[in-house]
Amino acid sequence: MSAQSCCFGWFVQKWGMSSPKITPVNPTNPETPRPLAAPTLPSKVVKDDESALVAAAKAGDVSAFETLVSRYERKIFRLTQNITQNREDAEDAMQEAFLKAYEHLDNFEGNSRFYTWLVRIAVNQALMKLRKRRPNQISLDEEIETGEDSIPREVEDWGPSPEQRYAQTELSGILSQVIGELDPSFRTVFQLRDIDEMSTEETAEALGLSVPAVKSRLLRARLKLRQKLNRYFKQGEAS
Amino acid sequence: MKCKRILTDLQEYFEDGIDPDLRADIEKHLMKCNDCRVVVDTTRKTIDIFCNSEPAPIPEDARHRLYEALQKKIRSCRPE
Repeated sequence: MSAQSCCFGWFVQKWGMSSPKITPVNPTNPETPRPLAAPTLPSKVVKDDESALVAAAKAGDVSAFETLVSRYERKIFRLTQNITQNREDAEDAMQEAFLKAYEHLDNFEGNSRFYTWLVRIAVNQALMKLRKRRPNQISLDEEIETGEDSIPREVEDWGPSPEQRYAQTELSGILSQVIGELDPSFRTVFQLRDIDEMSTEETAEALGLSVPAVKSRLLRARLKLRQKLNRYFKQGEAS
Repeated sequence: MKCKRILTDLQEYFEDGIDPDLRADIEKHLMKCNDCRVVVDTTRKTIDIFCNSEPAPIPEDARHRLYEALQKKIRSCRPE
């Protein structure tokens, strides 16, 4: 069977209709595995002088804190934008995250990285905005339905560098569009793990999820995004 | 290993700490199964494309409001 002729029915038969077994997670349940401690390997997004800047900011150096804000403002805004999918909410959540970080800086004990701590605050602010707009619909720790929407339905190669077929602004628009189509519980995990390059353990820690829960959501998110990007990147699709 | 197993093991395959035997089993399957190889390859490209994307600058008006709010917060937290 050629790749081009593959259809959903064939994949149902080939890969089966059931997704990988999902472990429902409830952070308040003591039987739920707790997140592991943050790993010792530093993430690429964190500069080496972060801890020195945090120490200076805690000692009252305002410019040190402003340097941290300047360093992470784009990433935090993209994070809140991707979670809320609303410009106004994203801006508010970003602003509140930095203000809360400053206000509670003395409570930051350095057990995790400052960036991880900041992301956790920003995620909470963004999710609060999201829940306010869509109450009763947003829960990160709810049981995931073993749906069929991440089962590969099309198998078509993309070529070596599919993203180069699009201009940077057009590509940004495509990525923003497809991640916005994901369920919040998937796009939040994907955002932290694959865009902000946090480890699985850090993502679990930031979201109050177990490591297995992060892994299962991440796989679903990756497969769904692959499916959604297929319409832009498959070979023969001209930009 | 069969195609169905690829999906269940795909998450581990993208992790650094995957069991070497499992990695070998997956790669052995990928060598002979073009469809699974394409799925794995395009999933990896999906991750890379997002991972390598640079965050756009914050809109100037939003940035202005952020720093204005920050200055106000700093003044309230550290009165003269």
